[in-house]
Amino acid sequence: MSAVQTLVDLFAGRRDAATLATGEWEGVIGVARTEAMLATLSHRLEAADLPPTVALLFADQRAAAQVAQDQALWEAEMARRALAPEGIEFVLLKGTAYAAAGLSCSAGRQIGDLDILVLASDIRRAENELLEAGWEWVKSDPYDDHYYREHMHELPPLIHKARDRMIDVHHTILPRTHRITPDALSLVSDAVTTAGGFAILNPEDMACHCAAHMLADGDLQGGLRNLWDFHCLTRDFAAADAGFWGKLDARADLHGLRAPVHRAARLARDLYAAELPSGWDRQESGDIWYRRRLFARDDWGRPTNFALQQAFYIRSHWLRMPPQMLARHLWTKWRKR
Amino acid sequence: MRYSTRIAVGPVQFRVGSDWREPVAALEKLYAGYPQDDTRPADATVRLFAARPWRRWLRPSVHIGGDFVVPDALPLPLSMGLLAAEMGMNLQVALGWRRHMLLHASAVARGGRAVIMSGESGSGKSTLAALLGEGDWRLMGDEFTLLDPASGDALAFPRAVSLKNEAIAEMATRVDAARLGPLLAGTPKGDIRHLIPRPDAIAAMHEPARPALILFPRFGGEAAIEPMGEGEAFVRLTEASTNYIALGEPGFAALTRLVRETPAFGIAYPDSATGMALVEQLWAEAVR
Repeated sequence: MSAVQTLVDLFAGRRDAATLATGEWEGVIGVARTEAMLATLSHRLEAADLPPTVALLFADQRAAAQVAQDQALWEAEMARRALAPEGIEFVLLKGTAYAAAGLSCSAGRQIGDLDILVLASDIRRAENELLEAGWEWVKSDPYDDHYYREHMHELPPLIHKARDRMIDVHHTILPRTHRITPDALSLVSDAVTTAGGFAILNPEDMACHCAAHMLADGDLQGGLRNLWDFHCLTRDFAAADAGFWGKLDARADLHGLRAPVHRAARLARDLYAAELPSGWDRQESGDIWYRRRLFARDDWGRPTNFALQQAFYIRSHWLRMPPQMLARHLWTKWRKR
Repeated sequence: MRYSTRIAVGPVQFRVGSDWREPVAALEKLYAGYPQDDTRPADATVRLFAARPWRRWLRPSVHIGGDFVVPDALPLPLSMGLLAAEMGMNLQVALGWRRHMLLHASAVARGGRAVIMSGESGSGKSTLAALLGEGDWRLMGDEFTLLDPASGDALAFPRAVSLKNEAIAEMATRVDAARLGPLLAGTPKGDIRHLIPRPDAIAAMHEPARPALILFPRFGGEAAIEPMGEGEAFVRLTEASTNYIALGEPGFAALTRLVRETPAFGIAYPDSATGMALVEQLWAEAVR
């Protein structure tokens, strides 16, 4: 039994933590760290029977994640103070949104950058306000800058000079040149507000974005964590609203994301034992590649299955750009090496 | 991984894996006197690996990885595999440990009270701590000192002391050759040789010590003592901490308490004997 399999089984509840041997624990801890899920695991196993040193380490992780989460929410507040005076509204995305809404997947979840979504018509003003409030460009490469502005779904990354934290300002959730074009206007106009006054995507859009981010916009790096997000989100939303899965179907259709959303649900079922409604609970032969990609780590936390990882990397670029543009982009990048 | 070992330093249990036998063998030799607990799962993982399969044998170059990876870290030749292992262990602690505040500082203790010495590489903090540790002080560590946010106590992290350049000859005359590791010549940090702490320092590595003195040594120039205000000591220690920001408010509280309760001084010294004398002098005043 590989460490990554054991980790997934612990999350799914298929394996009792009390039955793990020493050697298994350190593999699980290493893989969980590499996947940025150690604090999440610490929350998942808070009530479990653990070896004393593991329990101590997990307590450290929970405390550290709480601090990190407070810092991430503070960063969101800083962005609000920079943008609100100009009347620029934004929607929180990903980790910061989960924390702001107090969703279950935010327990222990690592939050890297602050991701926000603004209307495309506001993006220039948002950029100016952030620059005035102390954020700076991370990349000064003219080609990269041009590439972001012409083809991507976000501004080039900005970092705050005093707080050293990044902000990604999105105007939609997939690159402009991507084969799928979600309805960005609906994402913003149908957003909901948290008790703390931040705007976040509505439940269906949040699940759509989570699936899009995991399966349509990357090479599945960090996929285990994104899939755990998707699993917790859909499980909790369905528990609160019996009609959730049906609404999710409709919303995924609106954004052109039916395939990734359904695939994410099936993978959540296969890995984390999610329960799916009848229309979703199918078998797809292609899923096996995704499962293999998600499990491609050895007990030392090293990536394995190089060919498959490379194939997913190529696929991510293939989805993001039309062939001619991809060729030009790769040529430019290669010349700059 | 092909070769692996477990090493416990202070509160941290490491798992070190390697594509080559040599670094693991060198580590095991250096840490042979440390308590071993193979039933304890590791807190942190270090990997020493070849970037390409053929680089195991062909101009073998050791890349440092683990739970945390620094993207543009330069690989080291296999002859410096021990240094790579040590750098890997430091890296995992610096980036991953959250139970204590990590201060990039050396420390020695006597009678349950600690002297914490912080400074840049080349300030002589390692050498001073190593020299004092050969006298009637307990060496707590030469690179990291841990601060417990709850109690305010300092905790030891007595890894093998990394002696650099002139310090190697200075120590070699004072200690048994069996306590010195192999000479690693011409590393990015100059010549390096490891010193195994005394058995009593290793045996006492879990005993906390109350901070009594904070020093910022500077090697070179006339002997001098400059009392340092709380504010300056605080700012310097935030810069010397790898996890101050990550700890948030408890970290701020712990550091505030440390600088309020502990006198701090900058010291300059032209040679080791003078440095040690200054430490003793300030110690005598601090614990009076």
